[in-house]
Amino acid sequence: MTAPKRTPLYDTQQRLGARMVEFGGYELPVQYTSIREEHCAVREAAGLFDVSHMGQIEFEGSDAIAAADALFSRSLAGREPGRVLYGLLCNENGGVVDDITCYRVAEQSVFWCVNASNIEKDHRWILDHVESSVAVRNASDETGLLALQGPASEAILSRVGSPNAAALRRFRFARMEVAGCAAFVSRTGYTGADGFEIYLSGGDLAQVFEALLGEGTPLGLRPAGLGARDTLRLEAALPLYGHELDDDTSPLAAGLERFLDLEVGGFVGADAIARDRDAGLESRLVGFTLEERGVARAGCAVALAGKTIGRVTSGGPSPTLGKSIGLAYVPPEVAEPGSGIQVIVRDRALRARVVDTPFV
Amino acid sequence: MDCEIPHELRYTSDDEWVLCGDDTVTVGVTDFAQQRLGDIVYVELPSVGNQLAEGAAFGVIESVKAVSDLNAPIAGEVVAINEDLIDQPEIINKECYGGGWIIKIKPSNREALDSLLDADSYRKIVGERSD
Repeated sequence: MTAPKRTPLYDTQQRLGARMVEFGGYELPVQYTSIREEHCAVREAAGLFDVSHMGQIEFEGSDAIAAADALFSRSLAGREPGRVLYGLLCNENGGVVDDITCYRVAEQSVFWCVNASNIEKDHRWILDHVESSVAVRNASDETGLLALQGPASEAILSRVGSPNAAALRRFRFARMEVAGCAAFVSRTGYTGADGFEIYLSGGDLAQVFEALLGEGTPLGLRPAGLGARDTLRLEAALPLYGHELDDDTSPLAAGLERFLDLEVGGFVGADAIARDRDAGLESRLVGFTLEERGVARAGCAVALAGKTIGRVTSGGPSPTLGKSIGLAYVPPEVAEPGSGIQVIVRDRALRARVVDTPFV
Repeated sequence: MDCEIPHELRYTSDDEWVLCGDDTVTVGVTDFAQQRLGDIVYVELPSVGNQLAEGAAFGVIESVKAVSDLNAPIAGEVVAINEDLIDQPEIINKECYGGGWIIKIKPSNREALDSLLDADSYRKIVGERSD
C-alpha cells in the first residue's frame, strides 16, 4: 500500500476542521461540519468541493480528435470547441472502462476528466489504442479542480472577478481568470445543481479556494466534502464508477443510451453495445424509495416474493426528501416507476417502490 | 477532537455510556461516537423484554455514511427504549447524554458494572484513537 496523496488544499482543509478519508488514492475531506448541512447548502446556496483527485488526460495533435473519437462514446465530429460532453469509454465487450467528461479545447486539442480510481487504467487503455502520432499526456498530478455547486455559484464567481462565467451555458466551458488565476471554467458538476467546475494549476488552488470562500460565505457558501458530494449525486441519480458502472456493466442497462453515439459508431465497444441492444436487456438501473424506516445501502439484495431479483448499487438517506433512496439493478419487468419491490436490510425485507429519477 | 466525557458516567471501549441507577442502567452513545458517526439518520431499537448477553448487538445506529452496531454493555433485560429516536434519531447528535439515551437495562448481575470504564480511562482510549 502506498500512502494516499494529498491535494495542495490539505492544510487549508485541516484548518477548516475537515475529517479526512481516503478516496481514489487521495486523502480528502468527507465532511467539514455535517454532511446534511453541506448537502443543504448546495441545494439552497452553494458548496465548494476540492475534487483535485479527478484525473485529466490531454490529447494533442492533428489526429487528436480522431483518436478521442475512436475511444469515446460521443462523436466530436462537427462539435465546436467550447463544448463539454459526458460519455463513456467502453471495452470490446461493451462494458464500461470509465465514465468521463470530454473537453473540446481547440481543433487539435481535447482533454478528458476521468475518475480518480481509473486514472492509470484509462491512461494505459488510451496508450494501447491510440496511434503514436497523438501526444497523450496525463496531467492529473499538476491539475487542481474545484467544484462550485449550487444556485448561488454564478453570483459567487462574479464576485471573484469572473463575471464571464454567467454567460456560460450548461456543458460549455471557457478560459477565464478566477480570483486572478488562469483557469478553465465549465458549467458542469456532479450534484444535480447549477454550478461550475474550475480547473487550475495545482499551485493556484489554495488562493482560489480561499477567495471563493471569502466572497461566497456571505451568500451561504460552505466548504463541502465527499459525503455531501455522494448524497447530492445520488439524489440526482448520477452514476458513480465502481457502483453503478464497471468493466462488466452495460451502459444500456445503466440507462446511459443517450450518451452513446451508436449511429455514428466507430468507438471501441459500439458493436457489442449495439448487439446487446438488439438482444434486449436482462436488467435495468432504477431509482427506488424505501416506504419503511431504514436505510438501503450498496450491496443490499432486491427481492420480490421471497426471491432475490437484483442488488442495490448505491443507497442512503436523501436530505432533501427526508427518506431513504437508492439505485438498483432489477429485471425489466419491475423497472417501471410504481413497481413494488423489497430491499433486504439486515435480513429484513423492507418495502420499496421504483420511482422516476432524478429523485429531486 | 474535542468531546465531552461526563465524570459521573461509566463507559465501554466501543463508545457507549452507562448511567447506573438504583434498579436499572441507562445506555447511550458517547459524544465521541456521535461526532465520529456524523448526522444520525436511523436507530434500530430492541423490544422491551429482550434479554441481552453482555457484548451482544442489541441494535444498529446509522448515520448518512456509516452503519454501526450497538452492543450491550452488560447482560440484562431491556426495560425501556427511547421511542423518540424512532422519529428523531438526530436527538443523539444534539444531546447524546440526555434526550438521546437509547435503552434502559435491568442488569442480571450488578457486579458486572464494576468492570465498566470510568471517565478517565475512557478519555485515555479516545485520546489514543483521535491521533
